[in-house]
Amino acid sequence: MTMRDRLIFALQLLFTILVAAFLIVPAVLSMLAGITVNYFRGIQSGLTLQWVVQVWQLYSDTIFRSFLIALATLGVTLVVGIPAAYALHLRSDRFSRAIEEIITLPLAIPGLALALALLLTYGGFSDFRRSWLFILAGHAIFTLPFMVRSVMAVFGAIDVKTLDEGAASLGATPWRRFRDVIVPNAMPGILAGSLMVVTLSLGEFNLTWMLHTPLTKTLPVGLADSYASMRLEVASAYTLVFFLMIIPLLVAMQMFARQRAGAASL
Amino acid sequence: MSKRTFVGLCFAPLAVLAAAFFLLPMARLVLIGASGEQGFHAYTAILFDPRYRATLFNTVALAAATTIASLVIATISGLFLQRNRFPGHALLVAMLTFPLAFPGVVVGFMIILLAGRQGLLGDLTLHLFGRREVFAYSLQGLFLGYLYFSIPRVILTIMAAVEKLDPSLEEAARALGAGPWRVVRDVILPALAPAFIASGAIAFATAMGAFGTAFTLATDVAVLPMLIYTEFTLSANIALAAALSVGLGLVTWAILALARSYGGTGVAAAG
Repeated sequence: MTMRDRLIFALQLLFTILVAAFLIVPAVLSMLAGITVNYFRGIQSGLTLQWVVQVWQLYSDTIFRSFLIALATLGVTLVVGIPAAYALHLRSDRFSRAIEEIITLPLAIPGLALALALLLTYGGFSDFRRSWLFILAGHAIFTLPFMVRSVMAVFGAIDVKTLDEGAASLGATPWRRFRDVIVPNAMPGILAGSLMVVTLSLGEFNLTWMLHTPLTKTLPVGLADSYASMRLEVASAYTLVFFLMIIPLLVAMQMFARQRAGAASL
Repeated sequence: MSKRTFVGLCFAPLAVLAAAFFLLPMARLVLIGASGEQGFHAYTAILFDPRYRATLFNTVALAAATTIASLVIATISGLFLQRNRFPGHALLVAMLTFPLAFPGVVVGFMIILLAGRQGLLGDLTLHLFGRREVFAYSLQGLFLGYLYFSIPRVILTIMAAVEKLDPSLEEAARALGAGPWRVVRDVILPALAPAFIASGAIAFATAMGAFGTAFTLATDVAVLPMLIYTEFTLSANIALAAALSVGLGLVTWAILALARSYGGTGVAAAG
């Protein structure tokens, strides 16, 4: 390397480190603040789990509810998304492209608009409005396209039609072919889609803030609450709990993507 | 059961879910948007009513600034990371993509920790200039929040695009005597143009509709999603809130359609 190349390298490296610091430093600060006795006095004031305990006492219901909604959302997107992806792949005509366009729309529309639409339509059905199922409806619509696309991507890579016809020639009914041939072959896409759906549902705020009631708060809703009304240490401890929930999912997703990329390059 | 019937049945759960919780509510939203005193003119109020026009201007300007800044940052770092391997490389990439799963509310809190009343930057400026700078709740704070949100996404797209570049073109340019800057300007940047448009459009649309970050920072800066929220909850101006959100939805949808035609995934992330 010439002197000049080395200088360019050093400057780019410095720049990239600064950008990474901008993203990581606040996250690390929040994790530290969540276990510091007094954030204002700094880490010298000592480490404690009292804020985490307090978060658990105040907000544990939001954590359970978020998991409940995320798993229910996963259930709905599996039941709706896998058959839909299969049918969309088999047809692949103008009709199926129109359907695909419609189910991807919720991604392009701000969550606020979808939430308003749901409120204006179902706000009067007070039992439904007050239950966590109302939030589930929003989450299912919002995450469904991720499941459908993820499964369709696998169908695009394997020869579904030949598999299907092969099983059919052996006399399997459409339902048995779907259950015993199509679904097992789509497993990588189903797993990737599931991770995505659960991660998105756990962190969803825009829709949920509009749809929740005081009795159906989720974790991100509780987070917004604590940011507005709690001391910084409690808000940070709560964020720490959220990180602990979301990081394993993120790591799993990245490992999965790498594995698939590796398989594809073979 | 025939194959055709089975494929038809496969659409059934989707048809029920989409009709009940998406198509029907969206249709209602459009109608309610036109049900106020102004009727369908509510849809043009955003352009002609001076109060709302200022908000629209703020939102578009902020989204544009976010888009440009994230493209510049992601190009410099993305090119660098894809072209150089060094100890700590994987760590740096992991750090830059780690915040991908943060919801907008958490991003807002990150900005509070950086630039809020007990923020790191405040400590720093107090130490250096004897004055505590607090700007988390201003336009600059909101801009930083949107930037925080979009950098990881844009960097991933740019890095993927850089990986697909044809190195022989750069070698040819060098062999013809082009200096490093000319190679960047005349070969690399034009080849990355589709990635710029795709990821830029996604960043722009996401910033236009971002609610969580603005909500957490509770800024006095009026942006469109906050206007919709306050019109709906505080002023109970439901028709206008519906009209505004339909308008916002149309704009972000159109921008993402543009991104998709340039090979983007057309997936905005919830901000």
